Amino acid sequence: MKQSDQPSSHSPVLSRRALLKIAALGVAGAALGGGTASLVTRLGRSTPRPYRFLTADEAALLIDICEQLIPRDDTPGATDAGVIRYIDRQLAGKLARHQMPYRRGLASFHRACVAEFGAPFSQLTAEKKVAALRAIETGRSAKEHWDDPRPQAFFKLVLAHTMQGFYGPARHGGNRDHVSYQMLRLDYPQVIGQNRYQKGGP
Amino acid sequence: MNLPKVNAVVIGAGAGGGVVAKELAEAGLTVALLERGGWVGFEKHDDDEFKNQQLNVLEEYGFGPDRRSPRVVEVSPGQWHTVYPGEVSGWVYGNNAACVGSGTVVYGAMGWRFMEQDFRMRSLYGALEGSTLDDWPIGYAELEPFYEKAEYEIGVSGDMSGNPFSPPRARPYPMPAFAYNTEGRLLAAAAKSLGWHPFPIPMLRNSVPYRNGNACIGRRNCVGHACPINAKNGTQNTVIPTALATGNCDLRTNCIAAEIVVDDHGRATGLRYFDGDDREQFQPADVVVVSGGALETARLLLNSKSKLFPKGAGNRHDVVGRNVQNHAYTSTWGLFENEVYDDVGSGATVAVSDFNHGQPGLRGGGVIANEFIRLPYEFAGVRPPGSPGWGRAHKDFQRHYFKRSIVLKSCVQEMPVWEHRIQVDPVVKDHWGIPVVRLGQGQRHPHTIELAQGATVRAEQWLRAAGATQVWSQAIGTRSGAGVHQAGTCRMGDDPRTSVTNKHGQVHEIDNLFIADGSLHVTNGGFNPALTIMALGYWVGGHIKRNWQAGGFR
Repeated sequence: MKQSDQPSSHSPVLSRRALLKIAALGVAGAALGGGTASLVTRLGRSTPRPYRFLTADEAALLIDICEQLIPRDDTPGATDAGVIRYIDRQLAGKLARHQMPYRRGLASFHRACVAEFGAPFSQLTAEKKVAALRAIETGRSAKEHWDDPRPQAFFKLVLAHTMQGFYGPARHGGNRDHVSYQMLRLDYPQVIGQNRYQKGGP
Repeated sequence: MNLPKVNAVVIGAGAGGGVVAKELAEAGLTVALLERGGWVGFEKHDDDEFKNQQLNVLEEYGFGPDRRSPRVVEVSPGQWHTVYPGEVSGWVYGNNAACVGSGTVVYGAMGWRFMEQDFRMRSLYGALEGSTLDDWPIGYAELEPFYEKAEYEIGVSGDMSGNPFSPPRARPYPMPAFAYNTEGRLLAAAAKSLGWHPFPIPMLRNSVPYRNGNACIGRRNCVGHACPINAKNGTQNTVIPTALATGNCDLRTNCIAAEIVVDDHGRATGLRYFDGDDREQFQPADVVVVSGGALETARLLLNSKSKLFPKGAGNRHDVVGRNVQNHAYTSTWGLFENEVYDDVGSGATVAVSDFNHGQPGLRGGGVIANEFIRLPYEFAGVRPPGSPGWGRAHKDFQRHYFKRSIVLKSCVQEMPVWEHRIQVDPVVKDHWGIPVVRLGQGQRHPHTIELAQGATVRAEQWLRAAGATQVWSQAIGTRSGAGVHQAGTCRMGDDPRTSVTNKHGQVHEIDNLFIADGSLHVTNGGFNPALTIMALGYWVGGHIKRNWQAGGFR
């Protein structure tokens, strides 16, 4: 597993607990979006909690999924746009009712991946990642790995939130530097507010 | 607590209520204008695509209502759920804004007149099995001067010289029409090549500075949002300020109507409501006007039980809440070789009305027009059937076709159905303890589907003539619901057994209770209904005013 598999412009900072867990398992931090050395450096400083709802492991998996949905090519992808920040922030806020579908869905996703593709998602080849996602999108993943949500529902949820994080307003956490608007050659923002009710009103 | 009596209490400060309040306040009546939402001030109009009345991705609407106002909706056949605003799509909840101006703050602001035929569809087409299709008790000619008043006092830009199907009008529009954008020019030429009659969409927006309002700066995304520079005309920036300036109108925001109190003689004595601090109030009034929109108006009447009307005010014959209509909207996309999209608003600029009436075998139809807004997030959901929705293919499509596509929509009228109705829920209550709307979603009338299919055929033909390389239409919804152009729940008519009000919007048997909103529509036209609701506001308000001046209602 090379670090370059993971576009890393957005390296989440891990909690001490997560790092200890990784160290105990003897797993390198690369799959989680940052090298171990840099993690140690960061933990040396006083670091804010990196995610509001997701655990570091969940976030790493989700980043990897989102990047397949909107991959980086000659223009930025989901990771560059900070889609994970949008999803995590909304799960801790306005979309809190989706917390458990995410928690359970990501766990199911991981189990299904290992059982059906022989390895955790992060360790699959690019082709296999796409194949795994297609299986889940179309409900071809074996039922025993999934409870609630079902695979199709989980996929639909993540896809919608990924698109929102990539194309939505930057103020909600995603679309960093308006990368999607640049891709579409649009001015940002499209919506300008501030009606002062010049004809009346308080 | 009883408040000092007013001459008129008007419930709902949207398209209908704002107009009525102004008509009555100008005539010298003291008016209490109650609105369930607030003034949406400067600080609430920010640069946020997701704080929008059309999108609900953050499970709320930019302009209300909020979670205090649930409804019970048949979300799929036989499945009744309590739903909250934003949690389901506006089409399911039956979304309407809740703020001063209501839908007129956030609408796209198409300013259509219905056609002459829309007022007499039963006479024109005969009875339709399974439908309550009927004539209005008033004709277009009676409403025409009130359309004109709405166009001049609220402000419409338009030019119907290219549309031979336009109903007759006494005066031209007060403002010139908007120019076509790139799509508009392309589509207008294509329509002409087909022998059709394209014309610029009339807009409740200022093409030039008008009555102290700014001229439109051509942003494309103001549908779902307020206008950033106040060039879009609603009741909140025209007639309501006029009403307030008379000194006779007291606008009370964040007030929730609970019950119209009707005495043992069949007279409405006033309104019981909850104020912004959730305190119960009673507002005595000589006249009560309900303008809550087709769902909330029907709900309030059904919740207003009295000795003479145990099933609700005006509901002796079980008509209140029935015949709910919206529009059977169609969407047809076309992909083009060259760029056809520009950022020039209002986006929707061109329409044809060739397929509204007079098509063999079809009763009515709908206007076909191009669309306002194209948010990148929404475009991510637009793909030809069978195309991948993610991955590299998603990005390629997004990059290539965002500016090389056009969507046409048709606002197809629904055949009214007696069984399509709203009731009040026997169990679920809102934050204030008031029984909520219970909304069924039955099968649309088969003829509605035929009309929508007819419209998609025409839209596909139009896009191909414009040079589209690939064309597809979204499947037509087969289930009725409240949608966004709710109408018909308190239809006007001459027969109290099949209508709720007479032709003046006066509730049968309760002489001082009026309705002024889309509830009155017998049929909902093949057009966005806002200007018709405004015209009805002038029509109903004018009737109350004349009677008041003759000494009535006291």
